[in-house]
Amino acid sequence: MTIPSLTIDTVREGLTSRRFSARELAAEALRFAEAENPQTHAYLHFSPDRALAAADRVDRRIARGEDPGALAGVPIAVKDVIVTKGVRTTCGSKLLARYIPPYDATAVERVEEAGGVILGKTNCDEFAMGSSTENSAFGPTRNPVAPDRVPGGSSGGSAAAVAQGTAVVALGSDTGGSVRQPASFCGVVGVTPTYGRVSRYGLTAFASSLDHIGPFARTVKDAAVLLGAVAGRDPHDATSAEAPVPDYSARLDGNVKGLKLGLPLEYLKGLKGETADLLARAVESLKALGCQVREISLPTTDYAIACYYVIATAEASSNLARYDGVRYTSRPAVESFADLYRETRGEGFGAECKRRIMLGTYVLSAGYYDAYYLKAQKVRALIARDFAQAFEQVDAIVAPVSPFPAFRLGEKVDDPVAMYLSDIYTITGSLAGIPCMSVPCGSTSEGLPVGMQILTRHFDETTMFRLAHAFEASRA
Amino acid sequence: MKLTEKEVRYVAELANLALTDAEVGKLHADLDGILEHFDKLNEVDTGNVEPMAQVLYSAAGTSTLREDRPRQPLDNQTALANAPQPGSGYFKVPKVIER
Repeated sequence: MTIPSLTIDTVREGLTSRRFSARELAAEALRFAEAENPQTHAYLHFSPDRALAAADRVDRRIARGEDPGALAGVPIAVKDVIVTKGVRTTCGSKLLARYIPPYDATAVERVEEAGGVILGKTNCDEFAMGSSTENSAFGPTRNPVAPDRVPGGSSGGSAAAVAQGTAVVALGSDTGGSVRQPASFCGVVGVTPTYGRVSRYGLTAFASSLDHIGPFARTVKDAAVLLGAVAGRDPHDATSAEAPVPDYSARLDGNVKGLKLGLPLEYLKGLKGETADLLARAVESLKALGCQVREISLPTTDYAIACYYVIATAEASSNLARYDGVRYTSRPAVESFADLYRETRGEGFGAECKRRIMLGTYVLSAGYYDAYYLKAQKVRALIARDFAQAFEQVDAIVAPVSPFPAFRLGEKVDDPVAMYLSDIYTITGSLAGIPCMSVPCGSTSEGLPVGMQILTRHFDETTMFRLAHAFEASRA
Repeated sequence: MKLTEKEVRYVAELANLALTDAEVGKLHADLDGILEHFDKLNEVDTGNVEPMAQVLYSAAGTSTLREDRPRQPLDNQTALANAPQPGSGYFKVPKVIER
């Protein structure tokens, strides 16, 4: 078996034809991933015991003639902000360097119920705050396509593992683009489903009204299968949606003729260089597939960055208050109770987390709440309304993911405003809570991957996957 | 300048963050730049707009309440397993009230 070229289908075929057992595959996948990992540092740590136990369960199901599940035997990587019972979960933070969760996230439980084999936990920006994975307390991850460059972030480890071939699929999390942007930078598929589609139970909270768990894969079909396995109502997350989960992968018939697509004028205005050229070429391919493309307007776009960073930092400052040195974080030697909080947090959090906690605390503080937080929530309503109006005219929106391809390690780390501004194309969809994904649409002359973003109506992941799949097939 | 250094130190107290002088200086500059960008929000007329406090408030099933039934919580030992300083079945902290 060639680990880096496996898909969910080829794994299933290998298992059912008895060419290999799930245990053999898991052992080989672990060996390969551990050997290749030093090149990228995509994984922070591996979970061999758990992986082999999951593989044995799949083998027993097959031996008994039972359905081994939609993800039977599939080697999977999980971002280290998603908790795994008995397997260290650090969130990329020094504060949680030794944290062993006592429970599983719902998405993790569902992956294993479907037969998935979790190989290990992947690197990310501390508490998912960042766009390059350079904010990890455990060192950066390198882009497997160009090792002097970042994999994007915050789910950079999951994107890199899938691109490198050390996992077939992976789970990441997306608050303002943390799945789609690294997918674009590493040349893989990355999906942010509708808000509430996947339970957030066990996803370490960053900004609760914006947090999503989403899949990475090398093919649209594999991403669709993984999302299908983890999606659906969960009593542990009151914001998880009741909406039935369709069989996404069964709808991928390649026919998107007559589909109405919108290109947001506001997004194309500032887009330059090869990223703009590649998107334009992708749009031509979509037209060739029979889609009707028209320009649309999302007039509130200009205010999205400010709106997002007010809401995300406000929610983060509140969510990160729990890291206080009492229950599960490391604790420095202190004399007084007041110092316990201040010193634990001062020593434990990295620079980006501190910046966001400070911003969020400021915008929520007495006298500023209405001017910043309440105002941002109103602007957010307008951004969501822009999308609702656009979807009266079109079935899907096609957009860039990032203004530029993967940048060099260290290139942008010192300029927070520039870093925040580069999130413009991904945060709008996050604010509206609609499904969005990045699908590879080519590479620059330097060989750097570029993704195209597809956005659809709430709970219409099916149209998003159908379009992405037809586009992917047209490029093959 | 949008905010003073004194305000930066005040916000750090609110957030329970111990900062070095160098960090205060850097955060002062960073926050200033970001808050200036936040001013853009004032250009938007939000006179008759309801704040979006919940993402999918009207979607089916997202505004329901679960049944209020007791469930098995984590046992004491499991809950304390990650504590930096457990003792006698509790989370230990420095003395809060002096005798």
